[in-house]
Amino acid sequence: MIFNLMASWMPNFIVSYLGSTVTPGEAGSQFWALIYVLIIFTGVSVAVMAMNWLERKALAHFQIRLGPMRVGPHGLLQPIADALKLMLKEDIIPAEADQFVFWVAPLIGLLTAFAVYTVIPFGPSQAVSDMNIGILFMLGVSSLGVLGIVVAGWASNSHYPLIGALRSSAQMVSYEVAMGLVVVSAILMTSLNENGTGTLSMIGIVRAQEQQGIWFIFKFFPLGLIAFIIFAIAMVAETNRAPFDMAEAESELTAGYHTEYSGLRWSLFMLAEYAAMIAVSSIAVTLWLGGWMRPFLRLLHGPSWDFIFSLFPGLTFLGLAAIAFIGVVRMPAHFFFKIQKIGLAAFAGLLGFIALLLLVIAVAGRSADTSVGARLNQSIGYIYWFLFKVAVFMYLFIWYRATWPRYRFDQLMRVGWKVLLPISLAVFVLTAIVGVLVS
Amino acid sequence: MSAPAKDGTNNVARLEGSGLDRDNTDRGIVRNKDGRNDLTFENPDKTYLDSNELIINMGPQHPATHGVLRVILKLDGERVLGAECVIGYLHRGVEKIAENRTYTMFNPYVDRMDYVAAVSNGLGYCEAVEKLLNVEATPRAKYIRVILTELNRIASHQLWLGTHALDIGAMTPLFYTFRDREEILKIFEKYCGARLTTHAFRIGGCQYETYAGFEKEVQKFLTFVAPKIDEYEALLTSNRIWMERTKNVGVISGADCIALGVTGPLLRASGVRWDVRKAQPYAAYSEFDFEIPIGTNGDTYDRYLVRMAEMRQSLRIIEQAVNRIPEGPIMAKVPKVIKPPVGEIYHSIESPKGELGYFIVSDGSTQPYRLRVRPPSFVNLQALDIMVRGLLVADVVAVIGTIDIVLGEVDR
Repeated sequence: MIFNLMASWMPNFIVSYLGSTVTPGEAGSQFWALIYVLIIFTGVSVAVMAMNWLERKALAHFQIRLGPMRVGPHGLLQPIADALKLMLKEDIIPAEADQFVFWVAPLIGLLTAFAVYTVIPFGPSQAVSDMNIGILFMLGVSSLGVLGIVVAGWASNSHYPLIGALRSSAQMVSYEVAMGLVVVSAILMTSLNENGTGTLSMIGIVRAQEQQGIWFIFKFFPLGLIAFIIFAIAMVAETNRAPFDMAEAESELTAGYHTEYSGLRWSLFMLAEYAAMIAVSSIAVTLWLGGWMRPFLRLLHGPSWDFIFSLFPGLTFLGLAAIAFIGVVRMPAHFFFKIQKIGLAAFAGLLGFIALLLLVIAVAGRSADTSVGARLNQSIGYIYWFLFKVAVFMYLFIWYRATWPRYRFDQLMRVGWKVLLPISLAVFVLTAIVGVLVS
Repeated sequence: MSAPAKDGTNNVARLEGSGLDRDNTDRGIVRNKDGRNDLTFENPDKTYLDSNELIINMGPQHPATHGVLRVILKLDGERVLGAECVIGYLHRGVEKIAENRTYTMFNPYVDRMDYVAAVSNGLGYCEAVEKLLNVEATPRAKYIRVILTELNRIASHQLWLGTHALDIGAMTPLFYTFRDREEILKIFEKYCGARLTTHAFRIGGCQYETYAGFEKEVQKFLTFVAPKIDEYEALLTSNRIWMERTKNVGVISGADCIALGVTGPLLRASGVRWDVRKAQPYAAYSEFDFEIPIGTNGDTYDRYLVRMAEMRQSLRIIEQAVNRIPEGPIMAKVPKVIKPPVGEIYHSIESPKGELGYFIVSDGSTQPYRLRVRPPSFVNLQALDIMVRGLLVADVVAVIGTIDIVLGEVDR
């Protein structure tokens, strides 16, 4: 009822869209596609900032430090301060550098990292477009990211960036092979239906998992699991993160391909790197972890279980609000902390408000009909579970970085070509054989 | 890339006077036809237009050279064809200063050489002067010296481990080791007021009596730090990536070590059982029961294991010393004005980095006529070139880390 009231205030085309079951790209609605692109662009940018803060905090706590504490309560405003600082810094282009290429390199990296998001399905209709070659597009565009790095290293006209760029190009290209093969084995799994036709569409892949009632990570155990693990390793190498961060190995190459970059241009590289991390995690989630599907969709089904799982988004925000509130309580009772206290309390209040909103939606929209409220509830569920799984990967990225030393370049290549490639090839062939036998 | 610079000289020409003008033919470094110095390792005739080889300067501001070491690397792709160390960026003329200070006044200066193991430096200097004076520290002073020096050895190895692991890409051990090193520094601070450059000992003994509860605190530290060392090992020792990065990297044979004068954990990791504490016992070391851990392969991993084992042995020594520390005076009878007889003396101790020696020539005045330090870091650094040839750029960083240099001591 609340939703019907709300709906009566909204222009008709928004209401009509809330009930849509296809992506804007499919519906041919350029307006909604633009809105989606803007939402995703800001969303990813904010996520990168949040990831920046989280990485610094989580890494600090792994390393018995506090991390940022001064800018805002518990350093919450640190990414904003950093972003401001980077924007205000002098934009240095070395005299010997190839000016135009130097200028354009970070943009290539950024564009490719963001272009990938056009096909990421946050829900069955929550994607900019449902391309029928989605996964191919995604792999293709994300591997173009290496171009930005190579070009940056070359244009810098300096030794360390050059070595960093060459390392990174070799690394990305080699891991792409193993990555591509395990992706193919996942795509093979999508063809296990009556028609025997698979799909390359990102939404189609999740739908196939929905129909088969199993996440592909558990399919043909342990084939799906091995494929997933290979992808999980390859994607770390693909995004140049520890322990495969040879391209920017600080202790060896000072900063690798972006040694000569500073200020905003440098921050574009960082933005691209983190955006790429989220993008590859999204591929992993889509291919093996059931995309937007909530856990135990088959095992714990029925309206009551649906309702319980739809409470999760609200409860998550409630938990975050509680953590923030505990932070307020634990802050020293000194007048110096007054502003921070108020700020954190306001933040806790905001989180609590969002939690309340989500819980209200979950309760009000629990009916399985096609009303606006129910649709909204479902959409939130889809997006929540997708982002939750991606967040787990983000945490893993931080965890890797805190735990492992860095591989050496030749060892990395050895792992890529001599270990991952044969295994992924074997998984691919075995999946095909088992798939034929089963169907 | 390494294209000729605009004035027609190649990049190496800038290095004149930087230590490369020595005759290095035996190490593969030859002068090119123009008489300029060039890092030509394979084909001396091919000095120009050989864009296959890359000369890069690592340092002196490089994050992994532990200060202001500059390494000129000649690379073929990523493979190292040769490395030349350029040192002297931190030269302060410590040995010359010694000639203008009295023996007592010079004592704090030695702390500034290897500032990571200042206590060891002080011990070596004080014992050398004592030997020259022909006095001996009192038993209690000797025990205090052993306890503090061994604590310092642990602190030094902890710092080495943290930075070495950081160079190889493992960030976390650095913070763990610094947390635990803090406890040692706290003991130093309580004992003599300083944490880093302690100036803990005086010629003839120690200036300060131990504070109340010193033994208890040291014992508490022993029980605190033993599981922490296990913790570092849990992070690294059987870590696959760590093993791949360190095994068979920077291998040096025992014979090469001896030929180059390399001492300390590097020598022991190459299988040579040489430790000044056992070979020429000083202070009270002959009274303690401890072992000299040695390695077999002489690679980076063995050096890591040797240093980890050394930390445990240090704990053993400290435990025995704290339990048996004798009562009595802490200062031997030393004249107020130190005026050693004419003569010369060489005294060496086992500092955390190797054999630290002091050679003092006395002309009978209150100031040394000449004081020469044999710094382990400086001598060990010579082995870098041999150790990194044929390895990759990433290994250079690992090898610099495993040599465990302190540039304050290298340059003095």
